[in-house]
Amino acid sequence: MSRISGVLDGLRAKQRKALIPYITAGDPHPRLTVGFMHALVQAGADIIELGVPFSDPMADGPVIQLACERALVHRTSLRQVIGMVAEFRRTDARTPVVLMGYLNPIESMGLERFAQAAREAGVDGVLVVDLAVEEAPEFSPVLSQAGLDCIFLLAPTSPPARIAAAAKLASGYLYYVSLKGVTGAATLDVASVAAKVAEIRGITRIPVAVGFGIRDAQSASAVAAVSDGVIVGSALVAEIERHQNEPERLAGLLRDKLAPMRAAMDAGAVG
Amino acid sequence: MNVPPDYSAFPDTRGHFGPYGGRFVSETLMEPLRRLEEAYLRLRKDPAFLAELDDDLKHYVGRPSPLYHARRLTQAWGGAQIWLKREDLNHTGAHKVNNTVGQALLAKHLGKTRIIAETGAGQHGVASATIAARLGLKCVVYMGIEDVERQSPNVYRMKLLGAQVVPVTSGTRTLKDALNEAMRDWVTNVDDTFYVIGTVAGPHPYPMLVRDFNSVVGRELIWQTRDQIGRLPDLLTACVGGGSNAIGMFHPLLPFPDVRMVGVEAGGDGIETGRHAAPLTAGKPGVLHGNRTYVMADEDGQIIGTHSVSAGLDYPGVGPEHAWLKDVGRVEYTSVTDDEALAAFHELARAEGIIPALESSHALAYAKKVAPGMASDRHIVVNLSGRGDKDIFTIAKREGISLT
Ligand SMILES: Cc1ncc(COP(=O)(O)O)c(C=O)c1O
Repeated sequence: MSRISGVLDGLRAKQRKALIPYITAGDPHPRLTVGFMHALVQAGADIIELGVPFSDPMADGPVIQLACERALVHRTSLRQVIGMVAEFRRTDARTPVVLMGYLNPIESMGLERFAQAAREAGVDGVLVVDLAVEEAPEFSPVLSQAGLDCIFLLAPTSPPARIAAAAKLASGYLYYVSLKGVTGAATLDVASVAAKVAEIRGITRIPVAVGFGIRDAQSASAVAAVSDGVIVGSALVAEIERHQNEPERLAGLLRDKLAPMRAAMDAGAVG
Repeated sequence: MNVPPDYSAFPDTRGHFGPYGGRFVSETLMEPLRRLEEAYLRLRKDPAFLAELDDDLKHYVGRPSPLYHARRLTQAWGGAQIWLKREDLNHTGAHKVNNTVGQALLAKHLGKTRIIAETGAGQHGVASATIAARLGLKCVVYMGIEDVERQSPNVYRMKLLGAQVVPVTSGTRTLKDALNEAMRDWVTNVDDTFYVIGTVAGPHPYPMLVRDFNSVVGRELIWQTRDQIGRLPDLLTACVGGGSNAIGMFHPLLPFPDVRMVGVEAGGDGIETGRHAAPLTAGKPGVLHGNRTYVMADEDGQIIGTHSVSAGLDYPGVGPEHAWLKDVGRVEYTSVTDDEALAAFHELARAEGIIPALESSHALAYAKKVAPGMASDRHIVVNLSGRGDKDIFTIAKREGISLT
């Protein structure tokens, strides 16, 4: 069983929900990223989504666009990001890491070479934002054969047939995009999320984590209550942006931002 | 024997041109794109839709555009006869309107109330704002802030037409970033908004439908050359930014093997300087803006900044059909530099009294290179994709002349 499925099964057995923070690798400087990852684990992260910076992040809002730009000032490459995971693994063999990014840097490195290197570094899953199921049949098997989980996005616009097609290729978890929009949008509607997650659960048993629009303890616990986990990205990255000139404070600030979400989610699970 | 492909059979049902094209966008847009494809495939066979489109092209755009024999230019260059397909005479001054008229009709039939567009030179933005005004649709145009500055007459034109122009400050602040921003708007407002893409790029079905709407150019050319020359021409040439004016002229003539076709990319300061916008000439296959095609990227797969004196060619990708036509060898692609394009710009103005767009001047510059090596009974058709009024400030500045 993959590290991701192991963690999610364990949480389910305890009736707890997964907390999945996202940060962009290399933001604001490549040497800080591994420290941030450890800080997120200390604050209660179950899985980490590590963003691979891209010059044209079409599905991201301004917060993550700027994070990509900050990371690319230092030319943070896919190879370097994989190296960060290897470094993280030296002291954390337990927390799954998912690389999240766009297709071109992966193809540029070479899909097979990427899959091997990612696996050897201790990466657990890969989410390619601009790769939907239609274009995935040549892609996913290469990742699966290397032992990597393929995470796919689902959206409010996904009809049942697409959900089923994604579930067929996916492993680990499905990432439900809570709203029509880009990352960092502020139009979360918990009732409609609950309805769509229920629809997805009627089609597949793969756990469903929900991202986009989760920014605080209250929204995290509300969405966790109707899904298997929450993904928090822009709220953390905005914290990095705000304090980018105080790098020594950043790990602590990320911890302070994430910990209340963990607490609220766990209280919700018990109560 | 090598049998040429049936060019009309592409893209395939998955939106692929050989290995290129496809639909590489986030999940939220996949279903809306499928619905757009379905609607388009239905409407393009609907006689009422086609009649409405033809009527617009004739009475609003002013088609057919003339095929003009540039006799003095021919004399000046020596060799092959130079003909100009006068897309500059269309309403709004470029080929872009052929496509916006078509997409706006689609938007209307789909019940959308708001259209958005990206623009580089501003020609597509103006064409979108124009048709939005006519159909009473709301219109928002995304434009890199660098282009807002170098194409200010077109920015004002869009505002006069009632459009909102949003300057884009992310990334390289040019056309590619405007496209990103328009995609982000679309994914947010997909229920009431139609995204009018301005070139044969983007996810399927855009490269197909933008090609189809621009193909009126090549279809006219077939009967015009038969009428005026007595046969099909020997060489077609067009500039390639995203590639919509080029594919529009080339596509209907692809089945005629005796017609040579050359697409001309922006060589900027010269390919060897790295400061250019010529992905087919000097790029490699990759994925950008929803399709697989040739792109300009660094060794990490990051898309790199481009340079061209012409804002409309300043784009690091190119339509996927061109990528495929290059690989199968049906169309050749080359580039000319900023300086060569500018020289051709001046020569056309002086010899024929036609001020061409800087984009179109690239195709002219290529014709100038090859015409002298061809016999005088050979015929070259240059797609004069637009007029140069929008460029006079850029040219004056480059030549040290102040207009204000
Ligand atoms: C006059 C003119 N020609 C050509 C182009 C380039 O676009 P395409 O390659 O899609 O024809 C533009 C783009 O703005 C333009 O305004």
